Amino acid sequence: MKVGLFIPCYIDAIYPEAGIATLELLERFGVEIVYPLNQTCCGQPMANEGDQQHSAAAEQLFVNNFREFDYIVGPAGSCVKHVKYHLDAIPQDPDVLHVRERTYELVEFLHDILKVEAFPWAYFRYKVGLHNSCSSIRGLGIARSSEIMGTPFNKSAKLLQMVEGLELVPMDRPDECCGFGGTFCVTDEAVSASMGIDKVHDYLRHDAEFVVSPDMSCLMHQQGIARKAGIHLKFLHIAQVLNGGPF
Amino acid sequence: MEDDKKVDVAAQAAAFLAQDEVHEPMHDKNLWAARMKRDAAAREVPEWETLRQLASQIKEHTLTHLLQYLTEFEKNATSRGAKVYWARDAAEHNQHVWDILREKNISSVIKSKSMLQEECGMTAFLENRGITVTESDLGERIQQLDDQPPSHIVMPAIHKTREDVAQLFARNIGTDPANTDPHYLTEAMRNDARKRFLEAGAGMTGANFAIAETGSFVVCTNEGNADIGASVPPVHIASIGIEKLLPKVKDLGIFIRLLSRSALGTLATQYTSHFSGPRKGGELHIILTDNGRSKRLGMPEFWTSLKCIRCGACMNTCPVYRRSGGLAYGATYSGPIGIILDPTFDESKYSELPYHSSLCGSCTEVCPVKINISDQILQWRKVMAAKKYLPAARRLAFGTAGKIFEHPQLFRSAETMASGALKFTPNFLLYNRVLNPWGRHRELPHFAGQTFREWYLQYKAKNNEHGT
Ligand code: SF4
Repeated sequence: MKVGLFIPCYIDAIYPEAGIATLELLERFGVEIVYPLNQTCCGQPMANEGDQQHSAAAEQLFVNNFREFDYIVGPAGSCVKHVKYHLDAIPQDPDVLHVRERTYELVEFLHDILKVEAFPWAYFRYKVGLHNSCSSIRGLGIARSSEIMGTPFNKSAKLLQMVEGLELVPMDRPDECCGFGGTFCVTDEAVSASMGIDKVHDYLRHDAEFVVSPDMSCLMHQQGIARKAGIHLKFLHIAQVLNGGPF
Repeated sequence: MEDDKKVDVAAQAAAFLAQDEVHEPMHDKNLWAARMKRDAAAREVPEWETLRQLASQIKEHTLTHLLQYLTEFEKNATSRGAKVYWARDAAEHNQHVWDILREKNISSVIKSKSMLQEECGMTAFLENRGITVTESDLGERIQQLDDQPPSHIVMPAIHKTREDVAQLFARNIGTDPANTDPHYLTEAMRNDARKRFLEAGAGMTGANFAIAETGSFVVCTNEGNADIGASVPPVHIASIGIEKLLPKVKDLGIFIRLLSRSALGTLATQYTSHFSGPRKGGELHIILTDNGRSKRLGMPEFWTSLKCIRCGACMNTCPVYRRSGGLAYGATYSGPIGIILDPTFDESKYSELPYHSSLCGSCTEVCPVKINISDQILQWRKVMAAKKYLPAARRLAFGTAGKIFEHPQLFRSAETMASGALKFTPNFLLYNRVLNPWGRHRELPHFAGQTFREWYLQYKAKNNEHGT
């Protein structure tokens, strides 16, 4: 199984440790993993804006970089959701369809494809608030959203519960959007910040020490909010916890 | 200039948030409570998801056979003694109402909630012609006294505190401004309006559902006010959007079970009133109104928005709406459903609405008739971007970002520049000043000393040295 590692631009520049943890974690499971050096962005920021014209080139580059792999894995729900469901600014040739079908978010890949049952190397003795992003929940279905009736499931919580010492805290509004929303966080700054502040207070009310998420972009926003408000919460990508670092 | 009349929803939402520490938290809390009650009510129905699926299918079937069902409805309603009118748009709708009132010499009407009559601007139209229009729904009456449109399709005055209402009533109907007891205020409103209820020459209602098979229609309320309107004055005028049709009486049960549970988490509305023809000695006029609906029906990406049963669940669940207040949208419909309906009335005026969303998708999943609201919001952005409705600065920034993402080398150098200058915004290359309010409520993220890519190159080199 040849896996292409998709590292979104903001992880590359700001949270390289999330990328490192993803690569190390997958190698621990014996996956042959390659990081194509020419990757930039999947086109999401432009496409989110409705700007098909300007997302097309980024989308084509993405497909060129990843078409040769059996699977493409990225530690970022919203970017993966874009590739899977909205990468449509370019003609849908067989390469494009292959890439779209074979791209997985990390939690999905661990849970559904590798069917991981233990992380013997991981140990995390903290109270954790879990943030599954909206893209991960309502886009990719890694957890059942609270709006839908039926038996609940939560793949990222299931993986985290395999980590020794880790305690997940409940939340008042577990799958309420934190207000990141890509460009929304700058174009609608007031509402976005208000949503972020409410989110951070939800963790605090439940004594979380760490916030863990499969989507670092939401955490970048939440972390920015918490720091500005002088709140001492720590934020980690789920790969870092499952891999036991780097922190 | 065209741009002048664009609704700046982000700025208006910011103003709602900034007004004080009371309104937005209350608004958020009350609507979230409605969402929680909806969850609890839905959980009690094991076949909830099946009901949603059925409701969606019935609506899609009806909408794709609309002519047949409208014709059937007209025939059956007429044979039951109602008079049926057709209105292509708001002007024709209002004209019909005016003609009916004028012929009967009616100068005062009471009305219950009707979003269609809101859409048509009917109240202002009639008032201009000397007709007294009195809202009988409490929330609508509050909004009428405050000279504001409803801010929510089910709870029109939900953005107001009890204190706001006490002040408003004190100014308008002479209540004690210090008394904020809801029962006191409700009674005061009813006492004030009762005389007008009794004197009104006509009662106006909307309809939640119209049944083709029987030619009857159903109005759901919690205050029973539609029933006063329909049974006290001698003339009943009902405005019905052509998308309200259901084929058969037996379809109704599915929708009644979904509507009030989705809206407020109650099993049913307090009153579910069926109207089948005029009552003895009275008259029933039904105005079947298009007002943009058939145009919407012809839009491949947006026609399913016509399935909407106006339950308001998408508004209650929307984290952006809860923090914005409905008036911020500057339109008849607000919240997620408003974002996808309003641009069908005026693309330019409402071109910013589709951006007032974090695209979290909660609306889609809560909607009892399974409208893919969130996808349609993104689809509307594509329309706005393609038609160049975006502000120029924003278009330019995205154009530049697109260029940079297209070329790996450009991207690397931009990345280095960005880290050097610490001018980082989450959308990375959008460090245009216009787009840079990140820092107002947030600390800038710190750049790592080494990018992932740099780390990876070293890691590979090391592995190769060791012969792995
Ligand atoms: S779009 Fe769906 S959830 Fe929103 S008001 Fe209409 S029926 Fe209700």
